[in-house]
Amino acid sequence: MSSVAREWREVPGRYNLKGTKCANCGTIYFPRRDFCPKCRRAGIGKIEEYDICRTGEVYTYSIVYDAPAMCDMIKPYAVVMVRTDDGVMIAGQLVDVDLEKVAIGMRVRAVMRKLSTDGESGIIRYGYKFVPAE
Amino acid sequence: MDVGIVSYGGYVPRYRIKPEEIGRIWGVDGKSMGKGLMIYQKSVPSPDEDVVTIATEAARYMMDRVPDVDPKDIGAIYVGSESHPYAVKPTATIVAEAIEATPAMTAADMEFACKAGTAGIQACMGLVGAGMVKYGVAIGADTSQGAPGDALEYSASAGGAAYLIGSEKVIAKINKTLSFTTDTPDFWRREGQPYPKHGGRFTGEPAYFKHITSAAKMMFEAMGTTAADYKYAVFHQPNGKFPTRVAKQLGFSDEQIQYGLLTPNIGNTYSGAVPLGLANVLDHAEPGDRIFVTSYGSGAGSDAFDITVTDEMANYRRDNAPTLEKVMADPIYVDYGIYAKFKGKILMPE
Repeated sequence: MSSVAREWREVPGRYNLKGTKCANCGTIYFPRRDFCPKCRRAGIGKIEEYDICRTGEVYTYSIVYDAPAMCDMIKPYAVVMVRTDDGVMIAGQLVDVDLEKVAIGMRVRAVMRKLSTDGESGIIRYGYKFVPAE
Repeated sequence: MDVGIVSYGGYVPRYRIKPEEIGRIWGVDGKSMGKGLMIYQKSVPSPDEDVVTIATEAARYMMDRVPDVDPKDIGAIYVGSESHPYAVKPTATIVAEAIEATPAMTAADMEFACKAGTAGIQACMGLVGAGMVKYGVAIGADTSQGAPGDALEYSASAGGAAYLIGSEKVIAKINKTLSFTTDTPDFWRREGQPYPKHGGRFTGEPAYFKHITSAAKMMFEAMGTTAADYKYAVFHQPNGKFPTRVAKQLGFSDEQIQYGLLTPNIGNTYSGAVPLGLANVLDHAEPGDRIFVTSYGSGAGSDAFDITVTDEMANYRRDNAPTLEKVMADPIYVDYGIYAKFKGKILMPE
């Protein structure tokens, strides 16, 4: 498991889908990048904070049956790639869903859930997962 | 200055279990157990849900309904619960970060059995009324515990609601609040213990009924009112039976408590119970409606509130977040095996 400090640095992205946007070319980065590889020098100083839209649709998905230990309690589960309403691709779990109803194009929204814990005494990691939306 | 509710949001996990399924495991007639308690199903948190995630969901719905409120204007966040995920490390700071209210604010977790959420509302009213903060957030949320086979296992459930307390664009003015508190050992959980203990029948008359009726009568006297002056009433609801009986004792009809009584469908959400009941009332309320609220927390105390819905309700963006009826619709039913796994009742290998 990664360190507490590293997890803490991820909080803005994990809790609130905080990304960045290059004001030069309009590309949105999530997780955040502080350098635009498209604009390179022209993008320096033009990277802005950007709140990624919390709603979107399933672009593609997979059902995981052989789960890592941290997801053992909820297997089988769906992993989805979501295209948010502002066009950003984000991968995550889709939960509180009947697995047979998971489909490409399904409307979803990001919620905060427990991602993993460091055993019984360690830190609890929270972050985004997706649930079905109307 | 009018202090009151500026916004609210409620959340209940999607999973449910029925009392007959719990009774099947323990050789008890669960159906009549459920009938006696007036609990026909209870909510179950998913393994990835806890008080932090439930409080966050409720708080985000609350903020969705007031898009003009800058979360940076929130000066205090209190989360009341008896199932905070950490013994030391506040739930409130995580929720505050998740609604982007940090860092110029105060935060703390509260604990008073089932009334920690309403205690938070009172604390926020004080801060707002004194001009120390523009807005305060009070949340009551729980993923409550009942020992396997114990009567509490049929009722202890999960859910929570969040309230934005302020003095501008108040949708429901809190005319008055008061409390009735004594040292009554009707229910407790010692540090490090996984399940609470309770005094059986002792939890009724000298505990729940005495504190609620005392606080309620103090409120009637202070306001010069009777039950007939209120359109709706919300009482703490450890089961469906107690609030129905206490409402009758105080002169309220079944119609008055109809929206505020959610326990028959979701179980006892502890600190979330009165906040969720009030949220369901506010989902249906119109300007001018007067609401009587009395919570109860074991140990023991009751907080009473006299609330009037204002004309601002007509401008309020209630539809920006789902109503509780919508949140509670379309549940997924689980059997006892799944319930035991979700609640961490199965001893797993290292």
